Amino acid sequence: MRYLPHSEAERAEMLGVVGAAGIEALFSAVPNGALLKAPVDLPSHSPEFLVEAHMRTLAARNQAAGDGPFFVGAGAYRHHVPATVDHLIQRSEWLTAYTPYQPEISQGTLQMLFEFQTQVAKITGMEVANASLYDGSTGTAEAVLMARRLTKRSKIILSGGLHPQYRDVVKAYLRDDPGLVCLSASPDGQGDILDRIDVDTAAIVVQTPDFYGHLRNIEAAAQAAHAKGALLIVVVTEVISLGLLEAPGALGADIVVAEGQSIGNALNFGGPYVGLMATRKEFVRQMPGRLCGETVDANGERGFVLTLSTREQHIRREKATSNICTNSGLCALAFSIHMALLGEAGFTRLARLNHARACALADALETVAGVVLLNRTFFNEMTIRLNKPGAEVVEALAANGILAGVPVSRLVPDDPAVEDLVVLAATELTTDDDIAALVSGLKEVLA
Amino acid sequence: MTIKFTQDHEYIAVEGASGTVGITAYAQDQLGDIVFIELPVVGKVLKKGDEAAVVESVKAASEIYAPVSGTVTEVNAVLSGEPGLVNQDPAGAGWMFRMSIADAGELDTLMDEAAYQDHIK
Amino acid sequence: MSMNSTGRPTHIGTGADITAHGAALLPNEPLLFEIGDTHHSGVDLPEVQISTARLGGFERRSDLDLAGLTEPEAMRHYVRLSRLNHSIDGGFYPLGSCTMKHNPRLNEKVARLPGFADIHPLQPVSTVQGALELMQQLAHWLMTLTNTAAVALTPKAGAHGELLGMMAIKAAQDARGQGHRKVVLVPESAHGTNPATAAFLGYTVKPIPAREDGTVDVSAVKAALAPDVAAIMLTNPNTCGLFEPQVVEIAEAVHEAGAYFYCDGANFNAIMGVVRPGDLGIDAMHINLHKTFSTPHGGGGPGAGPVVLSQALAPFAPVPFVRKTGEGLELVEHAEGEALGRITAFHGQMGMYVRALTFMLSHGADGLAQAAKDAVLNANYIKARLGGAFSLPFPDYPTMHEVLFDDAFLKGTGITTLDFAKALIDEGFHPMTMYFPLVVHGAMLVEPTESESKQTLDQFCDVMLELAEDAKAGDATRFTAAPMKAPRRRLDETRAARQPVLRWDRGQDLPQAAE
Repeated sequence: MRYLPHSEAERAEMLGVVGAAGIEALFSAVPNGALLKAPVDLPSHSPEFLVEAHMRTLAARNQAAGDGPFFVGAGAYRHHVPATVDHLIQRSEWLTAYTPYQPEISQGTLQMLFEFQTQVAKITGMEVANASLYDGSTGTAEAVLMARRLTKRSKIILSGGLHPQYRDVVKAYLRDDPGLVCLSASPDGQGDILDRIDVDTAAIVVQTPDFYGHLRNIEAAAQAAHAKGALLIVVVTEVISLGLLEAPGALGADIVVAEGQSIGNALNFGGPYVGLMATRKEFVRQMPGRLCGETVDANGERGFVLTLSTREQHIRREKATSNICTNSGLCALAFSIHMALLGEAGFTRLARLNHARACALADALETVAGVVLLNRTFFNEMTIRLNKPGAEVVEALAANGILAGVPVSRLVPDDPAVEDLVVLAATELTTDDDIAALVSGLKEVLA
Repeated sequence: MTIKFTQDHEYIAVEGASGTVGITAYAQDQLGDIVFIELPVVGKVLKKGDEAAVVESVKAASEIYAPVSGTVTEVNAVLSGEPGLVNQDPAGAGWMFRMSIADAGELDTLMDEAAYQDHIK
Repeated sequence: MSMNSTGRPTHIGTGADITAHGAALLPNEPLLFEIGDTHHSGVDLPEVQISTARLGGFERRSDLDLAGLTEPEAMRHYVRLSRLNHSIDGGFYPLGSCTMKHNPRLNEKVARLPGFADIHPLQPVSTVQGALELMQQLAHWLMTLTNTAAVALTPKAGAHGELLGMMAIKAAQDARGQGHRKVVLVPESAHGTNPATAAFLGYTVKPIPAREDGTVDVSAVKAALAPDVAAIMLTNPNTCGLFEPQVVEIAEAVHEAGAYFYCDGANFNAIMGVVRPGDLGIDAMHINLHKTFSTPHGGGGPGAGPVVLSQALAPFAPVPFVRKTGEGLELVEHAEGEALGRITAFHGQMGMYVRALTFMLSHGADGLAQAAKDAVLNANYIKARLGGAFSLPFPDYPTMHEVLFDDAFLKGTGITTLDFAKALIDEGFHPMTMYFPLVVHGAMLVEPTESESKQTLDQFCDVMLELAEDAKAGDATRFTAAPMKAPRRRLDETRAARQPVLRWDRGQDLPQAAE
């Protein structure tokens, strides 16, 4: 077995040192009968080339995004990741280290996290950010809980423009909670969210660009929330939009949660991704997740440590801000390297390029009979209404090798109002040829 | 002024119907460097044994319990900027809050200095 | 006040001004923001003209001030930073409870196949049949290894899995009209995530004291099993490195009382392929794929924490899950019946599923069992070699895949567990887990894993014995001033927490040494 260093002779020698007659003696505490006499009913060990072949066979049965025209977004986006990123994150010292519990021999990870926190704070326009959460959806649920701790109020209002699966995650976290108000998914507006804020409201949750691609007025939402003493949680699923759109922090957001996948991370069929969370400095003690801080060592040299860890479960146990232990370290590293490679110049250009490609897509879609573009505003994603059910059209185009977007009905089932809607995204990878293929495919299917 | 001690290492320095609460020198030494203190709000009504404050070191967060029943009348706001005062001078500048004492009889359930010194041996 | 009794000091040591060995190859690396500027970029992108007509007036006006690096600068920055980290590939990493085993590179290679890495979670399921098949295969392995009825793959990490498992228990109790059960029993030796999870769901945590021998007493559990108890959360093998000898009786008592048995599977590495937790009576258990199945730790994540469920809890599994139909595999994405809804967007940590299944296929049923046995053998070998010089709080049972020492052997030396651990750094080893579990004073939890050769274990034991001898001989400086050869000496955590500096700002001075 290529991964196990001991020879049988060494095992015997070690058992002798232990003073055990056999390996079974070391499992003597296992109740009688529970110790298996033979291996479980699964295949035996396998050489590397056969395992690889097995996995390649499975992979080959999937249509990769790069195989053809691709317009799928809705919370996960296909962007170019520089080769440098993947090379660096596979270095042993990043890949095979753990949480930096021993700061003297983990300064690489710690300094990176400090840089990551700074990058996240800057792009969101907030004062502080944590060292990452699992993803945007669980981050949104954590932000909702954080807002409740901060305000000691219970009512939470979710905008109808929030990603439906994010809404579902918040609902699962707050199961049967009467304080949770979910406005129904709406492709048109965000509902009467601002009118519903009252003095019991802990926070409102507004996504921008929203699930349907519309850009939302964060400043107005912040003013309305703050007027009643409530907090504004802003959710961003396409983090590249922050290169072109005003930072939520500059518009009055109290907590910003973002899915960071677009920077540095592949689609990976939905995970692992990286949740970003940023807030005001005064709220930092109620923020979940790890935090890295600057300090000095015994020689007075600058160094970094995990800090304010008394908020966390390993110390606070049942009084912790969250039960989170693991974060998304390697995905945060990929984000940070990609963001460092972009810099302000590259990040801004990338955002503009995404918007330009989306404008080209929107213009082309508007020429197709049977397609109505619903968005007056968008960043790189938009919603169209078709003259046929969206799922049917997307399926038909997929059969022709075109991955055309996400039918809203997949995420919001049994709602006739959204049955004909499809959400499409364009990125810097979307070519004119891709758009032309989509347009001609749509014309064929909708005719 | 009499000073009384709890099993849980709080002290209360009693002056008339009011008492000043903090943690003992022994407790601050066990906790290590204190980095943050969450104080109660003035006006909070506490029953003996209620959680009144939280002190955090880099390794632990520990609840401070009300030594007797009463109402918080004043908190040591200086601690929010200088939590290290609890380490340097726990019985003096590192005090945490003052409270009115609702039932002076409860003081009799606490230890005096000699009994406390015996307790931590 | 509640007291901390683990004995961990908070002061940093003092000592001579020492320059680390190898400093020539480990220069201090400035922050990204001190090297780069807003004009440099390592990505060539065209500058395009855009109309603002569709931006609604929401264009950015505030400063970004985001430093960029060209590719060679970025390469050097991150390579230099990386060299300040200890890693499994670089050296022994016996961090108890974390299972720092070898990360096979085949796993990384296949996870990057475009058919896995470049597929979107919301593209039509007809175009991702291979991905669904992979999820089914992984589920089959996990259910077979644990002898359980169902598995929820989606949790993003162990603690997320705990949350899901306890949500399922809560839902099951509600469905039985037992929603009034508000208490969860948690042994004192448990991971901090256990009480945090129970409290999160509104449960009151009732601690169960450990026995003198480090295990949980079934009679203590029985005594605590009142009609308001919803579940017990028990780690097995437990955090003291011991297999709970009464686990079956505990499970029976818990079920008899109408409660469920949540098993923290963080230590599954000790028993995979050797004992099936389902045979012990568990109702739910998370499996940390990043520990047991070696999807890399990545500096603290990402993880993955699938939860296996007993027949009783299977109806409460969350969405999504894969189901066989006439035409192939379908993905059930919306809750039906009693199912829990969803605890994450999309379908969980696909990248980790690929790596974990690759690890399983490589090892096979025989290799996984052998790995568990080797992990247990290695821990017992360390215990046997060090037991005389170190103090074992729980000597009665053979240890499982990790061995726990306390600091009794350091009594009177003036040296703490922290000092001892820091001295190990100077010898090139990553320290063991310190001050956990909380039930012993000055805990040192050593987990070698199956990946280490006898030679490495011997080197480690030799160093440990030498350090113990030095400690007892009164050579305190070697410990209290350690580490002296690492890229940094002890860091001032008090300062970091009292005046938190959590980001870089322009014009921010380099910190001055305290006092």
